[in-house]
Amino acid sequence: MAVYEVKQAKPAPSNNRGLIYWCRQNLFSSIGNSILTLLCLYFLYSVLPPLVNWLLIDATWSGSQQDIVKEGARWIFIIEKFDQFIYGFYPQALHWRPNLVIIITALFIAAMMNFKHVPLKLALMVLYPIISIIFIYGGVFGLEVVDTPKWGGLMLTVIVAAVGIIASFPIGIVLALGRQSHMPIVKTLCVGFIEFVRGVPLITILFMASVVLPLFFHDGIEFDKLLRALIGITLFQAAYIAEVVRGGLQAIPKGQYEAAKSMGLSYWQSMLLIILPQALKISIPNLVGSFISLFKDTTLVLIIGLFDILAMVTLTNSDPEWLGYEVEGYVFVTFIYWVFCFSMSQYSKSVERRFNTELK
Amino acid sequence: MKLTKIALPVIASLTLLPALAQADTLDSVKKKGALNCGVSTGIPGFSATDSKGVWKGLDVDFCHAVATAVFGDPSKVKFVPLTAKERFTALQSGEIDLLARTSTWTATRDNSLGLNFTGVNYYDGQGFLVNKSLGIKSAKELDGATFCIQAGTTTELNLTDYFKSQKMEYKAVTYDTSGQTIDGFKKGRCDAVTSDASQLYGLRLKMEDPSAVVVLPEIISKEPLGPVVRQGDDKWFNIVRWSLFALLEAEELGVTQANVDKQLKSENPNIKRLLGTSGKAGEQLGLDGKWAYNMVKNLGNYGEMFDRNVGTGSPLKIDRGLNELWLKGGLMYSMPIR
Repeated sequence: MAVYEVKQAKPAPSNNRGLIYWCRQNLFSSIGNSILTLLCLYFLYSVLPPLVNWLLIDATWSGSQQDIVKEGARWIFIIEKFDQFIYGFYPQALHWRPNLVIIITALFIAAMMNFKHVPLKLALMVLYPIISIIFIYGGVFGLEVVDTPKWGGLMLTVIVAAVGIIASFPIGIVLALGRQSHMPIVKTLCVGFIEFVRGVPLITILFMASVVLPLFFHDGIEFDKLLRALIGITLFQAAYIAEVVRGGLQAIPKGQYEAAKSMGLSYWQSMLLIILPQALKISIPNLVGSFISLFKDTTLVLIIGLFDILAMVTLTNSDPEWLGYEVEGYVFVTFIYWVFCFSMSQYSKSVERRFNTELK
Repeated sequence: MKLTKIALPVIASLTLLPALAQADTLDSVKKKGALNCGVSTGIPGFSATDSKGVWKGLDVDFCHAVATAVFGDPSKVKFVPLTAKERFTALQSGEIDLLARTSTWTATRDNSLGLNFTGVNYYDGQGFLVNKSLGIKSAKELDGATFCIQAGTTTELNLTDYFKSQKMEYKAVTYDTSGQTIDGFKKGRCDAVTSDASQLYGLRLKMEDPSAVVVLPEIISKEPLGPVVRQGDDKWFNIVRWSLFALLEAEELGVTQANVDKQLKSENPNIKRLLGTSGKAGEQLGLDGKWAYNMVKNLGNYGEMFDRNVGTGSPLKIDRGLNELWLKGGLMYSMPIR
C-alpha cells in the first residue's frame, strides 16, 4: 500500500514576499501610485527633518531665558508656565484636589467597564459627579472653597467638556423622545427648542449668558459666570444629541415598537428595555463625533473671559518677563487637544466593539 | 390691556433695579469683604499673570490701591478678567465695582453707557516703532515710508490724518492681527509699525534683538486710559478718583514706600494732609484717615507703580513721557488734597 506522505509547503517565490514585494504591491502598483509615493516621500523629506529639529533636537529644555542659544523650540516656557496651563489659578497648595479627581475618574471608568451590577453602576453614576464637584469646589468637610474664577487651563477645559457631555446626554435623549411623541404640546416644545438652539451659533449663546443675562439680575444675586456658560453649553449640546439620538430611533424597525407594545410593556418600559438600547448602540459613532466636537468647541469660552487651556496661551504670553512664546504655547496646546480627542475616538471604538453583539 | 398694565412696571423695575440696588457701592464692597475689579485677559505691563498665576501690572496695582484705601489691606481684591466686549456690561450689571482695563476715555463712553471715567492713570497714544538702522530720530522724517498696520482699526485712520496734516506720503501693508503685523515688520516688509505706544514696547520685546528697534517720541493720537465706575454713585466715584490723586500727590511730595513712615513726622502741611496727620481728607471720603498712608505703605506712589510695571524697573522699559508729573513736563497732575 502506498503511503501518502505530507509534503512541506514550499515558501512563496522570492518576488512574492518580503519588503520589496510589499512595496511593489502597496506603493508602486501603477505609474500614478508611484508618482504619488515619490511626492509623499519628498514632502516628508522636506518637512520632517526641520520639524524634528525644531521640536526636539534644537529645542531648549532647561535653564533660564538667558541661556537660550539654540534655534529650536524653547520648551522652558511651557515648563515655567506648566501649572497655569494645567490648573489655571488654582492655589498651588491645593493641586492635590484636582489630581485626586483624576484618579477617581480613572477608577470610575474602570468600574463602569467591569462591573455588571446595574443598581451599583447607577449609584456610582450619581455619586461620581458629586464627589468630583466637592473636591474641586470645596466648601464641605473642611475643604477650602476655591471659587470658579480660579479654575482654568486644561482643568477648566475638561470640566466644561465633561459637564457638557454628561448633563446634555439625558436631556438630549428626553428631547429626542419628545420629538417622536404623539402628544402635540410636548412635541411642539421639543421641536421648537431643538430647532431654535440649532439655529443659533454657540458663540451667541455664550455671549447671551455672559453679557445679557446679568442685566436681568439685580445686585446681590450673583450668578456665577462659569455656571452660566455651562448651562448654555449643556442646552446647546443637548439639541445636537437629540438629533443624533433621533437618527438612531428612526433606524429601529417599526416591528420592534410593535413587538414591545404587544408584550404589554408600558411606554417607558418599551423605550428603556427595547428601543433605546438598540438606538443608542447605532448612534455611538455620531455621539462620540459630537462629543469630540464639543470638546473642541469649549475653547469658545475664552471670548467670555474664562481661561481654558487655549486662552492660557495668550495670558501667559502677556507676562512682561515672558513675551513672544506664542508658537511654543500653541504647539503644546495642539498636542494636548490631539491626545484628548484621539483617546476619545479610541475609547468609542472599543465601546462599539463591546456592544457589537450581532456579529458575535 | 390688563396684561400690559402688569407687564410694564415689571419690565421697568427689572431695568431700574440694577441702578437702585447698587446705590452704595462702598457699603456693598465692605459687605462682600473684597473689591471686584475688572481687568484684561492679558495686556503686558497693565494686567497679566506672572509664572505663579499672580496678577501683576499698572491696572492691577490700581485695583490693589483702591482695596487698600477701603480695607487697609491690598489683598482684598477679586480680579475678574474681562474681554473688551463684555467689560462695560460687567460694570453696569454690578459684577464688578471698578474697571481698570486700559479703557480709553471718550465722550461716547462717558456719556452714553451709564458709567464715569474717574481720571487717567496712563496717557497712551499712537506711536511708531522703527529699525534703529534707518537712523530716524523723529516721525517727521518718515516721508514715503512703508507701514505695517492692522486693518480696520482706528490706527489706520489716525495714520492717514497725521500724514495728511504733515503733507507727507506713506505706503501701507495691512494685516489681520497684531501678531501678523509684527511678523511683517520682522521680515522687513515695512519700515515702521504703528500702534498704541504701550503696545509697541511689548512688541519690541518680541523682536529677536529688541535693542535694534526704537519707539519714536511722537504720539499722534490721544488715548487716555483710566479707571471706570458706574454712574450714579458719587461717593464711590470720589473714592476711586481721589485714590488716583493721592498716589500722584505722594509722588509729587516725594513720599515713597520706603520713607512713608518717616514722612509721618514731616512738618510739610501738604504731606500731613495727605497722610492724615492733619485734615480730614480720608474721613470726608468715608474712609479711614490713614487711607493714603496705607496705599503708599503697601504699594508705593504712582511713580513707583509705573517703574515697577511698565517703566525702567520692568522689561518693557516705557519712558515716562506724557505720564511724567506736571512738574517734570508731563501731564500727571493731582488736584490739591486740602
